[in-house]
Amino acid sequence: MPIPQWMGDVPVVELRAVRRAFGGKPALDGLSFEAPRGTVTVLLGPNGAGKTTAVRMITGALPPDSGEVRTFGLDPSTDGTMVRRRCGVVAAKPALYDRLSGWDNLVYSAELYGLGPEAPIEEAAARFGIDDALDLRVGGYSTGMKTRLALARAVLHDPDLLLLDEPTSGLDPESSRAVLQLIDEIAAQGRTVIMCTHLLLEAEGLADQVVLMEDGRTLVAGRPDELVRRVWPRPSVRIDAEDRSALRDVAVLPGVVGAAWGPGGVMVELDDLSRVPDLVGALAAAGARITRVTPHEPSLEELYFAVRSGRLDGAGVRVTDPAGAS
Amino acid sequence: MSAVIAHDDQRPVLTRRRPRRTRASKVFVVARTDLRQLYQSPDFWVPMVILAGFFFVIAPAGLLWMITHVSGNALVQKVGSTLSVLPGSARAEITRRAPHAGPAVQASYALAVYLFAPLAVIVPMTISTAVGANCLVGERERGTGEFLSHSPVTERDLYIGKLIASLVPGYLTTLVGFSIYSIVVNVIVGPHVGGWFFPTAQWWLLMLWVVPPFLAITLSVVLRLSARVKSAAAAQQASGLVTLPAIVLSYAQSSGAVFAHGVSDLWVGLAAWIIAIAGLRRGARAVTRARLLGVDGDLG
Repeated sequence: MPIPQWMGDVPVVELRAVRRAFGGKPALDGLSFEAPRGTVTVLLGPNGAGKTTAVRMITGALPPDSGEVRTFGLDPSTDGTMVRRRCGVVAAKPALYDRLSGWDNLVYSAELYGLGPEAPIEEAAARFGIDDALDLRVGGYSTGMKTRLALARAVLHDPDLLLLDEPTSGLDPESSRAVLQLIDEIAAQGRTVIMCTHLLLEAEGLADQVVLMEDGRTLVAGRPDELVRRVWPRPSVRIDAEDRSALRDVAVLPGVVGAAWGPGGVMVELDDLSRVPDLVGALAAAGARITRVTPHEPSLEELYFAVRSGRLDGAGVRVTDPAGAS
Repeated sequence: MSAVIAHDDQRPVLTRRRPRRTRASKVFVVARTDLRQLYQSPDFWVPMVILAGFFFVIAPAGLLWMITHVSGNALVQKVGSTLSVLPGSARAEITRRAPHAGPAVQASYALAVYLFAPLAVIVPMTISTAVGANCLVGERERGTGEFLSHSPVTERDLYIGKLIASLVPGYLTTLVGFSIYSIVVNVIVGPHVGGWFFPTAQWWLLMLWVVPPFLAITLSVVLRLSARVKSAAAAQQASGLVTLPAIVLSYAQSSGAVFAHGVSDLWVGLAAWIIAIAGLRRGARAVTRARLLGVDGDLG
């Protein structure tokens, strides 16, 4: 089902100041973010950050106490059936019927989503490598097989929006990698994907946009490279030498904004990357035998901890110790 | 369209059924899937068959055969003496049907019509309550409530689907069991009272007009409980308490202890239907997506 033309550039998902409490305890406390069409948005945060609740708001499974939720431009609280018909969800637990076969699980979903005999059950199962086990009861599946079946079920009706809540939870590294590759393929087909995870490595390389969450709030949201630039606006290089004491005066050299020692040498923050040749030359002239000069690109993990430790405010706070964030 | 899939000995033989497009409602999709799960669960339906087999076949056949074939049995005397506690209309019917029969035949007739047959009420209620108590809280416990809450199925369709899935096993068991019971009592007692005598007209009324609404009333409460409680065990316990008065009332009615048979059955059935419809409409509101997800503040 294609996204209607009238939607134009309207984000597929919009949450504005969404609040939801359970028994007086806030699960979402003013959460706001947008998921543009055809992008992968990763909701990143520790357990209890509100990621699962956010997913439930997006499909209208739960209404917000306050704030605004728009999915495909619709209010899922009132137009939930229309919204849910176009969403595919993989929950944190696979949520499958153990007494039924894999085939019957897919048939049930196909019928609930209004698909007829032409439902691409075999294709969906084959895509996630679960077609050989379709006739077995799901109760006998391994965790990885259940996740694959849940993924196949989620894409069976060709949804415009795919919501994945910790899709690699409980999987071994090999299965996790396979699942992430499959998600990457789905995203490459132009579908909008929102994925919840607390595993930073999962988000890296997959996310077009990261929403860092904590206590039901958005700490920061944006493209990973933009967020990195906001946290660390200046370039950094890691320098090491045979005798590290020869590097001790690096902080006073021209162009150096900050320096921090770590296990791999010194992390030097520069006002411009073009300073590197002069910096290396100056260190060599001072007697240092340089063994390594590598540009440092902060990982999502460093970004995550930097933001959580309060290194970024709304305007973007400079950080003088990139290595310290890891 | 379906195809039978070949398997080796280690794999179950299952039929691959293609999805059907249901334009109007997802009710039957939900009901059929629940029933398929029950069918795949021998640990559920084997006891159900044993229960029905005992109450509808083994116990009546054994007792009626003994009464009609073993003369002078003390049991016959005791059962015969219990005829005096039956309502006057019931005693008149026995006398009309078997005016010249001895106490053993009259006792067997009374057992067949007034004492065993009301089990037709207990069996469906027991089975349907067992299924219904688990159907909504079970989705939450298994985590499949998450799948349903994100799916396009409406709460109303889900409720009605679950209701049907709860009704069918109990009512179907009763119809089949009751049919077998009819054959058994007619074969054993019929020759002594002038031929085929069961089911009586009142029993057709009971089975088709009175039992279904009583079943629906019970399930309307049981499903509401299933939607609200925290565990299947709690649902089973609470449902047992709720079901008991309904069983007593419907048993009393079916045995003629509360109202006379005949026209009053029509009114009792009508009143039960009205209460059932009101209860079911109210019960439908108990199913919410928050409860399927187990995050509703009212749980428990």
